[in-house]
Amino acid sequence: MYVSVKGGEKAINNAHSWLSEIRRGDVNIAELNIKQISEQLTLSVDRVMSEGSLYDKDLSALAIKQSRGDLIEAIFLMRAYRTTLPRIGSSKPIETGKMLCLRRISATFKDIPGKQKLGPTFDYTHRLLDFKLLADGEYEKAKIEKYDDKEIPHVLSFLNKEGLIQKEIPSDKSSKDITRNPINFPLTRSERLQSLSRGDEGFLLGLAYSTQRGYARNHAFVGELRTGYVEVQFEIPELGIEINIADVMFTECESVNQFKGSKKIPAQFTRGYGLVFGQLERKAISMALVDRSMRWREFGEEYLGVAAQDEEFVISHCDNIQATGFLEHIKLPHYVDFQAELDLVRKIREEYKKNEQRT
Amino acid sequence: MKNESRNQWLSYLATADENYLISLWDNLNMKIEYNWLREPEIGSVMVQGKAGVTGDNFNVGEVTITRCSLSLDKKIQGHGYVQGRNKYKSKIAALCDALMQTEKKEIIKRNIIDKLIKYKNNKRNEILSKTEATKVDFFTLVRGEDK
Repeated sequence: MYVSVKGGEKAINNAHSWLSEIRRGDVNIAELNIKQISEQLTLSVDRVMSEGSLYDKDLSALAIKQSRGDLIEAIFLMRAYRTTLPRIGSSKPIETGKMLCLRRISATFKDIPGKQKLGPTFDYTHRLLDFKLLADGEYEKAKIEKYDDKEIPHVLSFLNKEGLIQKEIPSDKSSKDITRNPINFPLTRSERLQSLSRGDEGFLLGLAYSTQRGYARNHAFVGELRTGYVEVQFEIPELGIEINIADVMFTECESVNQFKGSKKIPAQFTRGYGLVFGQLERKAISMALVDRSMRWREFGEEYLGVAAQDEEFVISHCDNIQATGFLEHIKLPHYVDFQAELDLVRKIREEYKKNEQRT
Repeated sequence: MKNESRNQWLSYLATADENYLISLWDNLNMKIEYNWLREPEIGSVMVQGKAGVTGDNFNVGEVTITRCSLSLDKKIQGHGYVQGRNKYKSKIAALCDALMQTEKKEIIKRNIIDKLIKYKNNKRNEILSKTEATKVDFFTLVRGEDK
């Protein structure tokens, strides 16, 4: 039951003032500017763009500053802004094979055309706090080497040639936009992928981990992981010509999973797919594993009743803005609802007492 | 040069570093008369990916885009579709697009488009050469029993 109640304006205004002051922190310390955030907290910026579902570094940095570094609050701000933008159109599907890679690795094949390139990764760091960063200004410069500017082919295309992996049938089918149409289960894989790509990293990580621990049988290898810039092509409506309208950083993961075969097709590997804005490889890998576990129906696998196979469970709960909206609303005034519950519990207790006295 | 066609110059204008493009334009100090066909507006384009690289299309997320259109006279129109939310960048792109269709083409090409191409190529080279330096060279260790 909802009854509107007035009051609290002064308290709210003063709370906002204090929020503003505490966001600024100690005024003897220089204020953070947006460029410092977008240049030096790049992975936070990437996460807010990915889950905010809007690629714009300056806006993301602003959201992080405004939210005092609370990334879910920042994602909320991005999503809210996103809804105010008129949609000019849809791009052509991106070609990740033409990616300008900063990083490209495969955990399944050692020697691959285009080679393994580590890029700026935390992977082989020792995870020891680096106290040198406490001092100002010291950093190492990236090394450079001569290169061949050749396209880097996808690793799984080699398995494809031998028929050892399930084929992703070439298609130009477009997908319903889940942000503009109501969700009806069962979903298409495209709708699931859109949802996962903007889903919460922590939630997807947990689900992906559950598949690795045995909740849904699909042991995964990282067939390929790549991060880099991709040209987004868009047809200018007035001119009917396609231009490279934006350069966007993506991380893409293709997983190779255990076999599937039938009387007609000999055993072959199956695959999962992850594609996210920014350099977010934990999320891209998680997305690939969860995409794969939800494909059980397509591959004629057994439904084991586990969370990662249940698309209704996964898709309904992976959006952290939906989740936090519902979760956090319970801290807002529910006085009347609670009053009703209180009356009810008192009444039950009275009846209980009466019954006890009778016996 | 390979930027002769309109989609080429529009592409370099769209993805230009906004501060760089603005400084190139401002340095030219050109006074151009124009009429708005569409004043700059900020919007978004939905980026599509492909499931498993080659499969069905899916929506990944949006990217901010600013666009405007203007005309120099009744015949020549310029369109400024650019990445980001900078209205001035969009207007410069539209003006350059229009001027590339006039006798001022050479000035714009030499002082803006060619420089944007060079800027982008330098960025690309920088990334490729740094990536190359992190290439893994595998070697097999000699095992004890083989000695």
